[in-house]
Amino acid sequence: MEPINTVEGRAYPLGVKNVDTDMIIAAKWLKGITRAGLGQGAFEALRAEPGNVFDDPTYKGSPILIAGDNFGCGSSREHAAWALIDMGVRVVIAPSFSDIFSGNAFKNGILTVALPQDAIDRLMEVAKTDPIHIDLESQTVTTPFQDRFTFEVDPFRKTCLLGGLDEIGLTLARTDSIGAFEQARADDQPWLAPALV
Amino acid sequence: MTQPRTLYEKIWDAHIVERQADGTCLIYIDRHLVHEVTSPQAFEGLRMAGRRVRRPDLTLAVPDHNLPTTARVDAAGKRLPIADPESAQQLAALERNAPEFGVKYIGATDAEQGIVHVVGPEQGFTLPGTTLVCGDSHTAAHGALGALAFGIGTSEVEHVLATQTLLLKPSKTMEIRVEGQLGPGVTPKDVILHVIGVIGTAGGTGHVIEYRGTVFEEMSIEGRLTVSNMSIEGGARAGLFAPDDKTFAYLKGRPMAPKGADWDAAVAYWKSLVTDEGARFDKTVRIDAADIAPTVTWGTSPEDVVPISGVVPAPESFTDPSKRAAAEKALDYMGLTAGQRMEDVSVQHVFIGSCTNSRIEDLRAAAAIAKGRKVAPGIKQALIVPGSGLVKRQAEAEGLDRIFIEAGFEWREPGCSMCLAMNPDKVPAGERCASTSNRNFMGRQGPGARTHLVSPAMAAAAAVTGHLTDVRELTGVMA
Repeated sequence: MEPINTVEGRAYPLGVKNVDTDMIIAAKWLKGITRAGLGQGAFEALRAEPGNVFDDPTYKGSPILIAGDNFGCGSSREHAAWALIDMGVRVVIAPSFSDIFSGNAFKNGILTVALPQDAIDRLMEVAKTDPIHIDLESQTVTTPFQDRFTFEVDPFRKTCLLGGLDEIGLTLARTDSIGAFEQARADDQPWLAPALV
Repeated sequence: MTQPRTLYEKIWDAHIVERQADGTCLIYIDRHLVHEVTSPQAFEGLRMAGRRVRRPDLTLAVPDHNLPTTARVDAAGKRLPIADPESAQQLAALERNAPEFGVKYIGATDAEQGIVHVVGPEQGFTLPGTTLVCGDSHTAAHGALGALAFGIGTSEVEHVLATQTLLLKPSKTMEIRVEGQLGPGVTPKDVILHVIGVIGTAGGTGHVIEYRGTVFEEMSIEGRLTVSNMSIEGGARAGLFAPDDKTFAYLKGRPMAPKGADWDAAVAYWKSLVTDEGARFDKTVRIDAADIAPTVTWGTSPEDVVPISGVVPAPESFTDPSKRAAAEKALDYMGLTAGQRMEDVSVQHVFIGSCTNSRIEDLRAAAAIAKGRKVAPGIKQALIVPGSGLVKRQAEAEGLDRIFIEAGFEWREPGCSMCLAMNPDKVPAGERCASTSNRNFMGRQGPGARTHLVSPAMAAAAAVTGHLTDVRELTGVMA
């Protein structure tokens, strides 16, 4: 994944609650066999509405998206993260995120920033006129108006995001531990493997 | 004396390969189900990096999302082509990737083919105390058998294929306790819809739910699968039921379940998989079974539930301004007005199927309503899509297919079908469907489609009356 540290730019002030992954990318866009090109299908139904933030030239190409509570709920489709990356979004700011989406986002180098609703309300205001600055190293969101919000991030995820680390590569380096665990498990619970007949 | 632990904590602890200083754990995965939609990029990733599948013997691949539910072979037994080139390409990719990486593959025309979450339990691939993952959020279903089962994204699919592990932080625990006696006509689907209505779609975020109390103890395994399946609609990545005698009876003799001495050793271990007396849950929700009615959704989120005897709520009745706005938008999308009786809402489509409600008990419940009745004239399509080839065969042996066909339903081949409209089964824009699936999101069953989530019996009732119907009126048992 692409490393990420500071992101500065305009933000889509979406603000909607319960943005589900069907809304981010509908099922008809899930039929591909590559990760590329999904930006064109992102938020398709919302974009059919006149005056939507995604087609407003003010926000075109914004690297930040601001949404309501429970962002990314629903399906496990990683296509939602791929679609966001493809449309240029690297940071999503919301009061809360679904568990599966935040994992998918992280694995694609998208930073999910959880902030309280009053901070979101303020950033939604700022986003209409000005850029927002996010710094992962210091875990802060700042605005040109001296607003400063700090956010939590899991230390392991932070390291991976800052370094653009390949998680599979990291885990494969622990093959010996996995093998030992696997052997002990096979001895202790022989009925577990092989599963297939 | 060790500290009392919840069922979740016992399974979690038994799968820790390594624990990092920040609490992130490398968790061993015992079972991995793979389908065609969320796996092509994962296999491609392995290929590009020159990696293999670590444990193909713990991995099972089944196509389900894209498959048409119409006949798959012609009269001569020859496989029929798939019209949609993108669906065909995705299905072909799985058919190619599985043998290339040595993964067992149940193909589109095999008798055992079906929805991954129906096939896993049915084959005995899903076992108590195991960790089970799949690139599909409804993997939560397998928690019905006491497996810690959850949906993962494609990067995680690739990670599991390559390493048989995942890097995870432990979840919080949530107990949902439903005590008492369910009223007539109230099914497991109504129970879970009611629960989601109580906790909300984010109520379980960050948690694993354990379902406890008399209602869940008395529930059949298939009913538990329906409940656990929709844990994700309450925000929880996984649901759990403690394995009991019903679980063991369900699994015994299944093709991939342990046999002989292995079986006895397994059962002895599985019996230890209960939440200890005195163990603490981070959250507890108590619900009285008597409060649960046959339930239906009115809006575009699974938490938008109301008893079938109720009315469409007024947006002004929500105090939270964002909920009020969401309700206004939902009513506009759904073409409903506040105060309208749910039973007055007419439907044009009925879908009985999906990983939530396509097992034999679901089909029996629907057939009991359909028997001797006819699909109403206003219904354009009423589909019955069994969850697997084996469910279909069982239903046919019981004569359920005849009941459905005589009533005017279409009897189809297994797959995900109209639950998410990736195959040709779609609800046209502006039309309304009584559906036994799990999500009523905007556009879920097709662009502009309007979904009402219901139980199989209620879906069959809607089919024969042409409108959302209190099934108790047809069976003559009012609470």
